[in-house]
Amino acid sequence: MRKVKEFIIEKLILICGLASIFFVILIFLFLLKEGLAVFKTVSPFAFLFGKSWYPISEPARLGILPLILGSLIVTLGAAVISVPIGVACAVYIAEVAPAKIKEVLKSGIELLAAIPSVVLGFIGMVTLVPWVKHVFNLPTGLTALTGSIMLAFMAMPTIVSIAEDALYSVPRVYKEGALALGATHWQTIHRVLLPAASSGILAAVMLGIGRVIGETMAVMMITGNAALMPHSILQPVRTLTATIAAEMGEAVVGSEHYFALFAIGIVLFVISFAVNVTADLFLHRRKI
Amino acid sequence: MTNPYRTQNIAFFFLFLATLLIVVPVGLILVVIIQKGLPAINWQFLSDMPRQGMRAGGIFPAIVGTVYLVSGAIIFALPIGLMAAIYLSEYAKDNVLTRIIKLAIVNLAGVPSVVYGLFGLALFVIFFKFGSSILAGSLTLGIMILPIIITTSREALESVPYSFREVSWSLGASKWQTIRHIVLPNAIPGILTGTILGLGRAAGETAPILFTVAAFYLPQLPKSIFNQAMALPYHLYVISTQVPNVDEKIRYGTALVLLVLVLFMNLVAIIIRYQFRKKKKW
Repeated sequence: MRKVKEFIIEKLILICGLASIFFVILIFLFLLKEGLAVFKTVSPFAFLFGKSWYPISEPARLGILPLILGSLIVTLGAAVISVPIGVACAVYIAEVAPAKIKEVLKSGIELLAAIPSVVLGFIGMVTLVPWVKHVFNLPTGLTALTGSIMLAFMAMPTIVSIAEDALYSVPRVYKEGALALGATHWQTIHRVLLPAASSGILAAVMLGIGRVIGETMAVMMITGNAALMPHSILQPVRTLTATIAAEMGEAVVGSEHYFALFAIGIVLFVISFAVNVTADLFLHRRKI
Repeated sequence: MTNPYRTQNIAFFFLFLATLLIVVPVGLILVVIIQKGLPAINWQFLSDMPRQGMRAGGIFPAIVGTVYLVSGAIIFALPIGLMAAIYLSEYAKDNVLTRIIKLAIVNLAGVPSVVYGLFGLALFVIFFKFGSSILAGSLTLGIMILPIIITTSREALESVPYSFREVSWSLGASKWQTIRHIVLPNAIPGILTGTILGLGRAAGETAPILFTVAAFYLPQLPKSIFNQAMALPYHLYVISTQVPNVDEKIRYGTALVLLVLVLFMNLVAIIIRYQFRKKKKW
């Protein structure tokens, strides 16, 4: 009797163990099921590289290039800001900060990771948006730059904590060897530790950027949501994620617009899949 | 030749500056929200329905909705997540299947939150015909927090020393008995930490509930799991972007309540982890 019970429990555990695979496949299948229908009316090429997004005009024009470029501009801006600052902060926490301050800093970063994105979006609206408008003397502060600054901030916790882990996992003898040869602490950090941890740091940067591409609420609240081809970082833009969040509420189920939004979901899923798998490869290379 | 120690001092100064650039804004955000939000908080704000097109009154239904959603998500995600963690830490061998499971967890954690919203809409709202409901929203949030629960629970289970298991087996206990009576009790604080972190994440997310449950405004509380509900993060989004002329105080007040709720859960998780580390017997 007990054997039967254990057998059932162990099978149940196996099934739950496989649940993650099941859900990833399920998400992808349902995105495909709803999204692929759009390619009956638009060719994949015209969808990805079409320059105008007017989903509710007659006939609808479903080109997501402006949205892709919007995401790209905001993400690049965020990466330029967050990568140097994030990696520097990771080095400071891992190597320079005294033990007590280290704990305070780590909790501060954890705190930042815990703040809901809609709260950060709200704070961005009331502080950053007027500031950008004033400093650059613009008609509106809802620009790609505003989004980049806020998103850089949201990518920081990911970059700092993973880069810090990478620095910690460099074997201690590397550091001791460099110091014994007469190198200063800083020379050891930038000639020995950083190169040794480089693949982990690269993974940290990729995962941070992955977080930025997928971020929705804050970006929707502060980038201005203009689905036009962006020409400068000081213009309103609209990202892939914000388009789904802003328009799905109004799209009629089964309409072309609805299918197109799911097709954008496929694009996002594929991007995040690629980013995560590559980052995972880098992280595992480090362990060997 | 430049003095390497001077270079070091300059470099360390810039590293410190970068750290300040992250930590100071975090502090400022908290201070601003607390300072401007606190005057709005009183019993009426927490326990009253929104009035005058959400420009006055309280946020009670949004709080209730968030509590329902978060409870639903955890009821769904905790058993599956915990069992998946047990599988990975106790049963999984070092093979291709395990590698794929781990990769799937990483990917699940990386899927953009708005894509979870799309998925929830397609599967729960439309395919299963739950409609826009607490059930659909909870299940969507549940799948979203699954990776957090699996990862933290697995760490907790794996940190129980292998010798504990060996002793139990040598006394004649079966594999499951050992897990049930030896491994799980010793891993509970870690599992609890993961669960609370998952709760905090579910409470703060907006994008997954946009199309699966969230209601702009409801005159009454939800009566069953097939009803729509209001939720705190969505309510904050609505009153800061969709409804014009809302008093700043109400916006900041709502942001403060949401922030306190989420940070409180994180704080509890950190305290449990800290206490556990201090008491650890091995």
